[in-house]
Amino acid sequence: MGNEPHPPYQRPPLSKNYLTGDVDQESLYLKPRSVYENAGHQLRLGVRVEQIDRDSSTISLSDQSRLQYDRLVLATGSHLRHLNAPGADLNGIHYLHDIADSEVLREQLVAGKRLVVVGGGYIGLEVAASANKKGVNVTVLEAAERLMQRVTGPEISAFFYDKHRGAGVDVRLNTAVTGFEEGDQGHVAGVTLADGGTVPADIVLVSIGVIPETALAKGAGLPCDNGIIVDEFTRTEDPAILAIGDCTRHRNLFFEKMQRLESVANAVDQARTAAATLMGEEKPYDSVPWFWSNQYDVRLQMVGLSQNHDQRVVRGSPEDKGFAVFYLREGCVIAVDAVNLPLAFLVGKTLVQQRRTINPELLEDPDTELKSLVNGRLQS
Amino acid sequence: MGKVTFIEHDQTEHVAEFKAGSSVMQIAVDSAIPGIDGDCGGECACGTCHVIVTNEWFSKTGTPGNEEEQMLSMTPERASTSRLGCQVVLTDEMDGMTVHLPEFQM
Ligand SMILES: Cc1cc2nc3c(=O)[nH]c(=O)nc-3n(C[C@H](O)[C@H](O)[C@H](O)COP(=O)(O)OP(=O)(O)OC[C@H]3O[C@@H](n4cnc5c(N)ncnc54)[C@H](O)[C@@H]3O)c2cc1C
Ligand code: FES
Repeated sequence: MGNEPHPPYQRPPLSKNYLTGDVDQESLYLKPRSVYENAGHQLRLGVRVEQIDRDSSTISLSDQSRLQYDRLVLATGSHLRHLNAPGADLNGIHYLHDIADSEVLREQLVAGKRLVVVGGGYIGLEVAASANKKGVNVTVLEAAERLMQRVTGPEISAFFYDKHRGAGVDVRLNTAVTGFEEGDQGHVAGVTLADGGTVPADIVLVSIGVIPETALAKGAGLPCDNGIIVDEFTRTEDPAILAIGDCTRHRNLFFEKMQRLESVANAVDQARTAAATLMGEEKPYDSVPWFWSNQYDVRLQMVGLSQNHDQRVVRGSPEDKGFAVFYLREGCVIAVDAVNLPLAFLVGKTLVQQRRTINPELLEDPDTELKSLVNGRLQS
Repeated sequence: MGKVTFIEHDQTEHVAEFKAGSSVMQIAVDSAIPGIDGDCGGECACGTCHVIVTNEWFSKTGTPGNEEEQMLSMTPERASTSRLGCQVVLTDEMDGMTVHLPEFQM
């Protein structure tokens, strides 16, 4: 069951090469429709699930029909956080979450126009890079003191700051937005700032994060707290109902805590766990989270969660073709962010997975081959 | 239109049709061939689309780029003709190609 008219699709290109028009819509689909048909799976698209009735094991749909279930999997994803500020409903203020949003925004990205991106997270920055490529004049407004603060460390933030500035994007940190100015015919003309200034705009993209979509689960009385609560087998409190992906907060065996993640890897891996659970196998979800972002010619790959680190080790430098930041806690590698250095990402994935303690000097030393670090010989 | 044969680790064969311009990963996923996950959707970011091209076809597919090479260097079943399926864009010249699948993806 899907609310959108499209078969399940990849969202990452919506801010990257689908936004720039380099790939077509069909290439976004996870599988062509024929794969579902051949497997005997029914896709019901453009229909919203309105309610779950757990007593009768039925769901009611927006087309007034009902459907009985033995098992039910909720994969409702997330919805956009909206900015509540004066003028927020003016024309020309966009959000980006689905194919339709990306297509509307793409039409607006015409060379010479002025785009203001509110929010310097990875989606806002990817849009900035895509728009810059199209010759759009881009300004990024970020309230925090650095870019992508929620997901990465200061070295990577600084690198992307320089990258965007170098490409001609006007990035402003510590800049809070207070509202929007109206121009002709209800169209936005500018973004007003807390310091009293205004940034003129023809187009605005607000990209300030998402909220897990838990309405269905909540309505059915399932425990939710910043996501539908599931265990390591993706089960909700009701054994007949599983939940996966962005909409969940799951018991993470790796981090030994409740964790919500917004990433393709998490959605895909939880889906595999759910499939196993449905088939009566026990395959707990214990993957290390990982993520990627593309901006300009830069590929950022991240693994682990860096928030609680007490030491950072930089391998290579931002001037090199590729560099990486290793995040350590009590000597143990807990996360790696790699810029144009897939090897560091993959080595990091193993180190994080194995909770390896590595001598920071070896991580830093260009003469130590990265690959040798996973073989155990060089452990400190 | 052309055809590519995928041979699983247990020697099971699958044939997938392609239109020039699609990637080896894409046609494998579209034909529901087991053993190719393509988790990142072809962004060269996940390494779950490893294929081993048969020797005689390797010159047609070309060699991996720098980033792809780094990804491949960590795959346990790396062979000299390994490629990431999402980075091999099919041309009419590759009609009839055979590729092998590793036992495990990354
Ligand atoms: C622009 C953009 C760029 C991104 N880039 C990256 C990236 O580079 N790397 C990465 O790892 N992740 C990226 N992400 C995040 C990634 O796309 C998500 O983590 C992933 O899509 C989550 O998958 P999901 O299946 O949990 O939810 P979703 O993909 O959000 O799918 C949920 C679906 O459920 C539908 N739905 C919700 N409620 C109902 C209902 N009641 N009835 C019927 N249907 C319903 C929704 O309409 C939606 O289609 C990006 C996201 C966006 C928006
Ligand atoms: S599909 Fe992810 S690397 Fe090829």
